[in-house]
Amino acid sequence: MDQSTRREFFALAGGATALAVTLRPAEATPAMLASAIRNVVGSEPVKTGKVKLDIPPLVENGNTVPMTVSVDSPMAPEDHVKSIHVFNEKNPQPNIGNFHLSPKAGRAQVSTRIRLADSQKVVAIAKLSDGTFWSASVDVVVTLAACTDEVI
Amino acid sequence: MASALINVPPKAKRGDVIEIKTLMSHIMETGYRHTASGEAVPRDIITSFICRFNGNEIFRADLFPAIAANPFFSFFTSVTESGKFEFEWVGDKGFSETASASISVE
Repeated sequence: MDQSTRREFFALAGGATALAVTLRPAEATPAMLASAIRNVVGSEPVKTGKVKLDIPPLVENGNTVPMTVSVDSPMAPEDHVKSIHVFNEKNPQPNIGNFHLSPKAGRAQVSTRIRLADSQKVVAIAKLSDGTFWSASVDVVVTLAACTDEVI
Repeated sequence: MASALINVPPKAKRGDVIEIKTLMSHIMETGYRHTASGEAVPRDIITSFICRFNGNEIFRADLFPAIAANPFFSFFTSVTESGKFEFEWVGDKGFSETASASISVE
């Protein structure tokens, strides 16, 4: 590659980056994350523990990230997980998904695939039948971000 | 054309906990992307997924744009009788799809 094409290439690459940055909509802030969590838990305290959030710590492609949430629970009629809520810090919206379980589920575990627009924290909160809330969080590094700065 | 993939074991013993896997083909357009000319691409996602067994709800999910395209779910249920699982996906632009699978419990 000769000198002039190299320069053009870098100029073009720099321009594309600037464009992507200006097109990116406002991301969710930690305050939005906190308020989304408040919408679910109300004024109840959220304790750390019982919940296991299984998600790769280093993700190459943020468009599809496998995620499994499991909760340590006997899943009996008197003691079971009612719902699992998953949140993120920096996607345009703080919510990822809400999962409502039945006492007959046998095992409190849900898997899906999610999108992550940036390296960020993912939080899973479980609501138990006794009204308590338990959480786990994982910091994920994303090398190729999902959706928001993409032009189609 | 939407299509679903369902994975339910055809047989189980009474009281077994079984895993159910579902995949629905859908673009899950977030509403945050733009075309090259700068127009916003409108949101088009599945917003709700419900699984029922013999008419009773056993699992339900609320979906947001952060769920990846072609939504995949895996979840568990204990089975005590033979019957039919019914799956329903509902979304933007009138999207509505159903699927079902049967299990025989001994």
